[in-house]
Amino acid sequence: MSLFREAAKQIFRKPATLKYPFEPGIVPPGLRGRPVWDMEKCILCVLCQNACPTAAIKMIPKGPDAGIEYHLDRCIFCAECADACPRKAITMTTNFELADTSRSRMVQHYKKPQPAQSQTQTQTQAQPPKQ
Amino acid sequence: MSYGTTIKVPFGPQHPALKEPEYFLFEVDGDIVVKVTPRIGYVHRGVEKAFEQETYLHNLYLAERICGICSHAHSTCYTQTVEGLVPLEIPPRAVYIRLIMAELERLHSHSLWVGIAAHEAGFDTLFMYLWRDREMIMDLMEEISGNRVTHAINTIGGVRRDITGEQATKIKKFMDKFEGNVKEYMKVLETEQTFLKRTKDVGILKPRDAIALCAVGPTLRASGIKSDVRADDPYLAYGEIPFNVITHDGCDIYARTIVRCEEMIESANIIKYALDHMPEGKIKVPPPRTIAPNESVGRVEAPRGELIHYARSNGTNKPERYKVRAPTLGNLASVCQTLIGAHVADIPLILAGIDPCFSCMDRVIITKKGE
Repeated sequence: MSLFREAAKQIFRKPATLKYPFEPGIVPPGLRGRPVWDMEKCILCVLCQNACPTAAIKMIPKGPDAGIEYHLDRCIFCAECADACPRKAITMTTNFELADTSRSRMVQHYKKPQPAQSQTQTQTQAQPPKQ
Repeated sequence: MSYGTTIKVPFGPQHPALKEPEYFLFEVDGDIVVKVTPRIGYVHRGVEKAFEQETYLHNLYLAERICGICSHAHSTCYTQTVEGLVPLEIPPRAVYIRLIMAELERLHSHSLWVGIAAHEAGFDTLFMYLWRDREMIMDLMEEISGNRVTHAINTIGGVRRDITGEQATKIKKFMDKFEGNVKEYMKVLETEQTFLKRTKDVGILKPRDAIALCAVGPTLRASGIKSDVRADDPYLAYGEIPFNVITHDGCDIYARTIVRCEEMIESANIIKYALDHMPEGKIKVPPPRTIAPNESVGRVEAPRGELIHYARSNGTNKPERYKVRAPTLGNLASVCQTLIGAHVADIPLILAGIDPCFSCMDRVIITKKGE
């Protein structure tokens, strides 16, 4: 009988499930989603690379490409890198919709702003990681 | 009725009982199972070897991925074992946070199992209700730790996230509601004939067999034997928290369901008590990078039963040997015994009755001579 009561109550209640892709998913504030690097703060110290259990982070120390190479396809979202960062340059966003059909598209380059370059170029290079 | 001859029925690796691959060869006489031969190892992933190649901190995330349902039990056991190697004392608040997460995990694992048992017995309504409640527990865990399944809240030397006052009130409020719900479901399970007919006197495991075949966890407790690592060898803060070890004398699937339901109520009470008595203070102490040669064994009562981790260090930052004994391996021999004499139609229910997690267990490769 109690199940009947429960079923009757449910008629007036909101459904327990979401129509997910059509409705936005509920995201709690502390969710560990995709990490993002703030390259203004980053000092290329390799601590995040060393902390990463799945080798998802590769640091390029010198040259025009100096910066961080982040492999989203390897990342397990453990936030060890964010904990290890001495400058708090890594933040875990709540973005969890990260699926893709190609692994090559899941590699992201965060370039360190070059001091020699002009102001406008630095800004455009720093823009993608902030999104 | 005996037919005089037996037929061999292969079951698996892909089979209707569970989502995980495992092979069983049943010898049946008519509709009755007379012999069971399990063949394990289909989901062997080389976890133990992988442990030896990574640092202690990186291994934490590997330990968590041994099992999806009891990921926190594995990571708790791993941290306990490694902290035993150092040895390292963790702050009391961290102990309580680990315990609360462990009990939340027990709640979600048990509600998952009771839902599955109801589903296997053909009672899908209850399955839906239990899984609805389970989803709310998962949401709570997600809010505390930042992820639904791999919580990553443990670290060597403590925990990584604190439970805020706001979260504590929310958990307590939900625990009251959940306890009421479980009591309702228990009333349904105890009276619903469709469920009773499928589960009473099905899959009998006698107490003597349970001990002889090394059954663990709710399977053992449903055979009337009071055995629980939380009470027998208190780890975390279980020594300070009053709770009952639930047993049932039924020895059948029904008893296993009731034991798990009552354990859910008990766990809800443990969580409420722990939240009220949680000490203040820091949550983490810094772990050492390298560990001197030592040996350590960690024991944890995972939702499925006793979980054992063993580690040997050699002075570097990587373990020399790591061994995991998952509860399903302990229960496998008993389930094979239980299946003998059962009807073919009851096989899925009996197999699901031990709450098996084959990928937890599969760490063994048996190589036959000449292969």
